[in-house]
Amino acid sequence: MSTRLARGGRRIDRSKRVEFTFNGKRLTGYQGDTLASALLANDQMLVGRSFKYHRPRGVVASGPEEPNALVALGDGARMEPNQRVTTTELFDGLSARSQNHWPSLEFDIGGLNNHVARFLPAGFYYKTFIHPRPFWKHVFEPVIRQSAGLGPAPKDRDPDTYEQVYAFADLVVIGGGVAGLHAARVAGAAGLRVLVLEQTAHWGGRSPVDGGTIDGQPVQDWIDATLQVLEGMENVTLRTRCMAAGIYDHGYMIGYERLTDHAPAPGMPRHRLWKIRAAQVLSATGAIERGLSFPGNDLPGVMLAGALRDYVVEYGVSAGDRTVVVTNNDDGYRTALALKEAGLVVPAVLDARPEATGALPEAARAQGIRVETGRAIVKVMGGKRVTGIGVGLQAGEGSILEEIACDAVAMSGGWSPVVHFWSHTGGKLVWDEAQALFRPDPARAPVGADGLPNQAVGGAANGALTLGAVMTDSHNAISEVLRRLGKSVSDPAPAGDAPAEAPLHPVWVMPQGAGSKLKSKMWLDYQNDVKVSDVQLAAREGYESVEHTKRYTTLGMATDQGKLSNINGLAVLSDALGAPIPQVGTTTFRPPFTPISMGAIAGEARGDIFQPLRRTPMHAWHEAHGAYFEPVGHWRRPYCYPQGGESHAQAVHREVTATRTSLGLLDASTLGKIVVKGPDAGRFLDMLYTNMMSTLPVGRCRYGLMCSENGFLMDDGVVARIDEDTWLCHTTTGGADRVHAHMEDWLQCEWWDWKVYTANLTEHYAQVAIVGPNARKLLEKLGGMDVSKEALGFMDWADGTLAGIPARVFRISFSGELSYEVAVPASRGLEFWEACHAAGADFGATAYGTEALHVMRAEKGFIMIGDETDGTVIPQDLGLGWAISKKKADYLGKRAQERVHMTDPTRWQLVGLETLDPNERLPDGAYAKASGTNANGQGNTQGRVTSSYMSPTLGRAIAMGLVLNGPSRMGEVLEFPTVDGRVLSARIVDPVFYDKAGEKQNV
Amino acid sequence: MSDAMTALATVTLLPPQGMVTLRADLGDAAVRAAIEAATGHAVPDTRSITGTGEAGLGWMSPDELMVFTGREAAPALAGSLAEALAGQHHLALDVSDARAVFLVEGPGVREVIAKLCPVDMAPGAFGPGELRRTRLAQIAAAFWMESETRLRLVCFRSVARYAEDVLTNAARPGTAVGLF
Repeated sequence: MSTRLARGGRRIDRSKRVEFTFNGKRLTGYQGDTLASALLANDQMLVGRSFKYHRPRGVVASGPEEPNALVALGDGARMEPNQRVTTTELFDGLSARSQNHWPSLEFDIGGLNNHVARFLPAGFYYKTFIHPRPFWKHVFEPVIRQSAGLGPAPKDRDPDTYEQVYAFADLVVIGGGVAGLHAARVAGAAGLRVLVLEQTAHWGGRSPVDGGTIDGQPVQDWIDATLQVLEGMENVTLRTRCMAAGIYDHGYMIGYERLTDHAPAPGMPRHRLWKIRAAQVLSATGAIERGLSFPGNDLPGVMLAGALRDYVVEYGVSAGDRTVVVTNNDDGYRTALALKEAGLVVPAVLDARPEATGALPEAARAQGIRVETGRAIVKVMGGKRVTGIGVGLQAGEGSILEEIACDAVAMSGGWSPVVHFWSHTGGKLVWDEAQALFRPDPARAPVGADGLPNQAVGGAANGALTLGAVMTDSHNAISEVLRRLGKSVSDPAPAGDAPAEAPLHPVWVMPQGAGSKLKSKMWLDYQNDVKVSDVQLAAREGYESVEHTKRYTTLGMATDQGKLSNINGLAVLSDALGAPIPQVGTTTFRPPFTPISMGAIAGEARGDIFQPLRRTPMHAWHEAHGAYFEPVGHWRRPYCYPQGGESHAQAVHREVTATRTSLGLLDASTLGKIVVKGPDAGRFLDMLYTNMMSTLPVGRCRYGLMCSENGFLMDDGVVARIDEDTWLCHTTTGGADRVHAHMEDWLQCEWWDWKVYTANLTEHYAQVAIVGPNARKLLEKLGGMDVSKEALGFMDWADGTLAGIPARVFRISFSGELSYEVAVPASRGLEFWEACHAAGADFGATAYGTEALHVMRAEKGFIMIGDETDGTVIPQDLGLGWAISKKKADYLGKRAQERVHMTDPTRWQLVGLETLDPNERLPDGAYAKASGTNANGQGNTQGRVTSSYMSPTLGRAIAMGLVLNGPSRMGEVLEFPTVDGRVLSARIVDPVFYDKAGEKQNV
Repeated sequence: MSDAMTALATVTLLPPQGMVTLRADLGDAAVRAAIEAATGHAVPDTRSITGTGEAGLGWMSPDELMVFTGREAAPALAGSLAEALAGQHHLALDVSDARAVFLVEGPGVREVIAKLCPVDMAPGAFGPGELRRTRLAQIAAAFWMESETRLRLVCFRSVARYAEDVLTNAARPGTAVGLF
């Protein structure tokens, strides 16, 4: 049984009981518990099932390396899967459920996989489900999907909030253990801006559990004193519950702060993502203990020795009354001693080494603990938890010499430095043969923008595993960092003192001579069920690269990213390949260190502030008048204004008809308005547009096309000449920012000596299109300036006043009607808009939306950027040759348009399309069928629909499209297959469906 | 800095502010003299502001200033700047209505900005007299501090509500980071 001890537990407050539930069962713990320690205190050893075989799984570790004990935390919308119980702080009302089992944790039908495990070796899926091919999609994949995945994905909207913060520091210290605290103090004393990130709620790391002294003080006293100094430093920021998640280029880092996970406070941000710029980073991330690969090492009750000791010392929790310790190093003896001190029984320490004579083994012997060297665990007895072990020779094949009854096994295979952050930005590792670990190679450090190292590693993370070495190494590391930052070190190196430790003996398989049967019970990756036998099989099948083996076996690919299993796995691979470990190498550690919440990544961007929404000055009016909006870039533009139960189609029909017959009003404020001014502005615009803009007279407007360097049509709009050296360029709504950037790009990077300034005035003006036969009458009614045909002819513009508001009136038309676009200062946009409606009431002034605009422009055969163009279309395809100057020596896109492919006469050309059935609208994007098939066996095509509408004006469906030799095929009928299997016939016609002579706009 | 019940800062949309965008060769002595004569303010150094956000000059880019003046005075000032710079290549336009101006005020003003803008807001790294054009969450913005607890922020008019919402959200009571 695992249970709470009568005394002990540095972290817990026994006066404060905390209630929580696990699978609905009400349990209690103490304040300061982790969910792991509280579960163990309640004898809940079994906490989940493994991924592939659904093996029973218990807590193995006490920190972020935990592979097994993942639960679904919370209920309803707050349910979050795959949460590690070892890093979950207990709070009142916590609710957790175990995962990956059916129908229950205790009896799981998926556990049947366990019995067919020998039929599910590494690469099983790859090998088995290849043939017959269609079975993958229709049979295998659905079944696998059904059984795959640990926790269920949450289905509801996350009710919690999250935020982010930008932080800057000279030095970020990752890890608040003794190495990190010392480094922070030295850097703080040197006057640096220091940020210390500690992932747990406590400072000092695991040193207080492991014991020893620093500068003669007990470790905890030293930690307290150092913290007091640090807290007094203005230039040092200390954060607990804040994990460094990743390091990126040039000292950019992500920190992940868990603000209220330990004490839920609805309304407060749950997590805060830190976006940090650090000049230097010191990684003092400690080390993670490795397990040992003996048969049955995955049974609940088999735990890391350090973790078992943590539970006893920190939380006063024992995993069992009788614990066998199995180790290949001296550190494992600390667990035996800690258990003994807590009054628990350690039947034996099994040391794989031939001899154990260090201070810690001797201390264990002195405590009367039986120490057996050269021994191995060759069998673990028990079903859902350990009941005993079989002892054999480490050098042997697995014969049981003795059986020992026990409730728990503490295993220690040595320690692996947490080198993740060093690796994130490309730091390389060296294999330390003596300690059997990978540590950072100082000669190949990550570098910053200047090509110089920007990270250092100190303490256990650098392979300095004993307290004395940790403090010296930390001091060396921070000294190096200070040197890089031009500071000197004032503090002396602290002296850490702890018992000396004899070298470990690398043990990758236990016992060494185990046969395949035993090896298939030695787990490497607990979560993904990867065993020693799987890695060896991969090696036999020719997988030599550790990266390939990882993917083939899924070793280290679970949510713990192989924190426990990577080194053991690659050592097994190295052995199987007969290649030394450094040659096999490791897989690369990548961010995040442990998974971080999607909420933190999204930060504040949710709900109303998910995305900026651009609103015109008339937006509130549109909302009040029932507008149905469509997104255009970040703008929301009225698509139409349905009234009295109208459908959208009916509303569009009404808006078009009202505009064509009397008066329509459009909020055109979103159109781009870019002023281009300077002595070279005309020359510049001649290069930017395909036609001539320099010759445009002051007071006049001209429609222009803008192409990319590759000749493709990128934007269009009306340009107005304001004065001798000033032009105003209208762009499409979506093109405003892009075109402005395009202009600045050319001016700053290519024609930097041209005297041209640009300014984007899009938002300074509200713009209203006043359209229809009564448009002029409305302007006259508004009053203030001469808008007569003589004073303001087609394609003229004039400054003046309308309804008492300063206005610039452009007489341009995108509908074919008599039409004015009036720009007024944005702050008076709504006022002007309302004035137009009030004065226009007599004419039945009708607000129309973007769809009516589209319909009317299509009726006139006007192209729309994004409909008729898609980045592959040139103006010549669209019959816009008239807007391309033949006189100009050059313009952007000119040479590209002379390329062979661009002048190819078989390029599809713009035409109008009329369905033979006038009530049948061609689908947007439909293809016109041609005879025969192409090289891929697909039917040939000879054109496609680019725009398609029901025209209220013509009372029939109209469309535009690009068709092979289209303009010379007038009257021909094309066939357009639709996705629902029908074929629509449409006749090629002139794209101008309405008022071909242009009489309506020219009145 | 602030308790759990009060916002880190208050966010107030200010009445229309006159603004003139001015582009010219700011390295040219004659240009500088003309600007200073027309506005009464010294041409600001890189990333800084002279005068105030009601009447002053803000640095926008190596060849661009924002001239702050009264809303009604802006068109005329654009005209007089153009006159003063006649003969020099320049651009001076009234852009008053293109932007919205916010006052962010309170003891947590540095942190509110630090939550949304990739700017080092630590005292010593940024303070009154300086100006940043940067990103506010997902939009462009510029801001400067009027005092340790008062900051003025400018963004485009169309996204004013977004700016107000993200600023208010970042200033929610109880969300102090404790950085500054």
